[in-house]
Amino acid sequence: MQYRITGLTLAAIGAGLPGAAGAQTLDLSVTIPQMKVAEYHRPYVAVWLEKEGAAPRTLQVWYDFDGRSAEGAGTKWLRDMRQWWRVVGRGMSFPADGVTGATKAAGTHKVSLVAGKGPLPALAPGNYKLMVEAAREVGGREVVTVPFTWNGSKATTATAKGASELGAVTVSIKR
Amino acid sequence: MNFRKPLLAAAAVIAIAAPAAIAHRQWMLPSSTTVSGTDNWVTVDAAVSNDLFFFDHQPMRAVPVVTQPDGTTGQVENHNVGKFRATFDLHLTQQGTYKVAVVNEGVFGSYVLNGERKMLPRGTNTANLAAAIPAGATDVQTAENVSRNEIFITQGAPTNTVFKTTGKGIELVPITHPNDLVTNEPGNFQFLKNGKPGAGLTVTVIPGGIRYRDALHEQVLKTDAEGKVSIKWGQPGMYWVMVNEGGERGEGPGGGQGGPRPQGAPGGQGAAPAGGPQAGPAGPGGRPMGPVRARVSYVTTLEVLAP
Repeated sequence: MQYRITGLTLAAIGAGLPGAAGAQTLDLSVTIPQMKVAEYHRPYVAVWLEKEGAAPRTLQVWYDFDGRSAEGAGTKWLRDMRQWWRVVGRGMSFPADGVTGATKAAGTHKVSLVAGKGPLPALAPGNYKLMVEAAREVGGREVVTVPFTWNGSKATTATAKGASELGAVTVSIKR
Repeated sequence: MNFRKPLLAAAAVIAIAAPAAIAHRQWMLPSSTTVSGTDNWVTVDAAVSNDLFFFDHQPMRAVPVVTQPDGTTGQVENHNVGKFRATFDLHLTQQGTYKVAVVNEGVFGSYVLNGERKMLPRGTNTANLAAAIPAGATDVQTAENVSRNEIFITQGAPTNTVFKTTGKGIELVPITHPNDLVTNEPGNFQFLKNGKPGAGLTVTVIPGGIRYRDALHEQVLKTDAEGKVSIKWGQPGMYWVMVNEGGERGEGPGGGQGGPRPQGAPGGQGAAPAGGPQAGPAGPGGRPMGPVRARVSYVTTLEVLAP
């Protein structure tokens, strides 16, 4: 893991949770809409989890991480996802293990995360916000917030929809 | 210069010695203030003009000093002074906050020699002041002038090493980091004057883009007893912030011409640096200049993002 804040976030979000009996899984679905534009570039996308009183946690970052982009290793434009950058991104090193992915084409993309593996800590019961931010070169930017409550055992699903740069975003958590 | 009227001479001294207090805004405008990655370039325009941030008058000629996040001095690259603006580049290789600063320290004032009041030449400073005053000069009046123009650029997460203060002139102490500003949160800063909380300083805040609107949308604020000020932002964008003792057009103490000049005030002011000859009360014609005040000012350009 390359998080500078790993220990802190694990302690913060997972605080008070005894060893999980059955692993939690968090299923994400993020839709990138089709655009009818003259010049299209796949958006940079960041997905992170916020909980009041806890340090936010990056779950996914999709960008030109492979160094083939014209300028640097693609990190130059991470700051254009400006809310994510301010909240958590600017404190991370890149490429960040476990969260980094290539940019995605238009369509629906699913990611399944298991608590305790990769970027997802065991989640203490509470009110969360799943945040998704997309920023597109020569295009726009949008943040979609998906609030959900996790009571520790009952499976729950929440969804929200973007208006421009993002389509439907769904989060499901179960154990 | 051979002024017949001492009063006129006095006004001229002040007008020439402190042009910043009278007209035109000095500014630096970075291409980015917040950058991601580990190896970036940022370029900066530097100019003096009325409209922010449009270069249409004079370039800022001074070569700025760069302080890197680790406290060492960095380099300005590709410095070029054009007709209307200077430009330069910064190569960012460290994580954290960089400071780019132009600091002008000078001494202004005048003396009387052979019955004529002469002003100190431009470029006088505390080091060469003694040499600038000829033997036999009387009624020497001097004051120090410290002006700072600083911008901040952060690669990665903001850091605070570049805010170490020197105790000279007006300096910024962040409460809100200047590279962490968003429109839905106020920007809170403390300003020090000569190392102490600068109470009652005037803080002038003007958003860029003046050319394309009718109203200036200027905020004129005062620092509190602790030198603190809270700025509420309007639209996202670049803001010019100037801090001094009298505001942009020189009202109040230290603000330049127009203030009342006490009659019969003794020559040789408290602000005169040690070593300057102190002399008798009256200039020729019996009209003393009145106090020459030390002038301090601070300018920065702040980028405020949409949340």
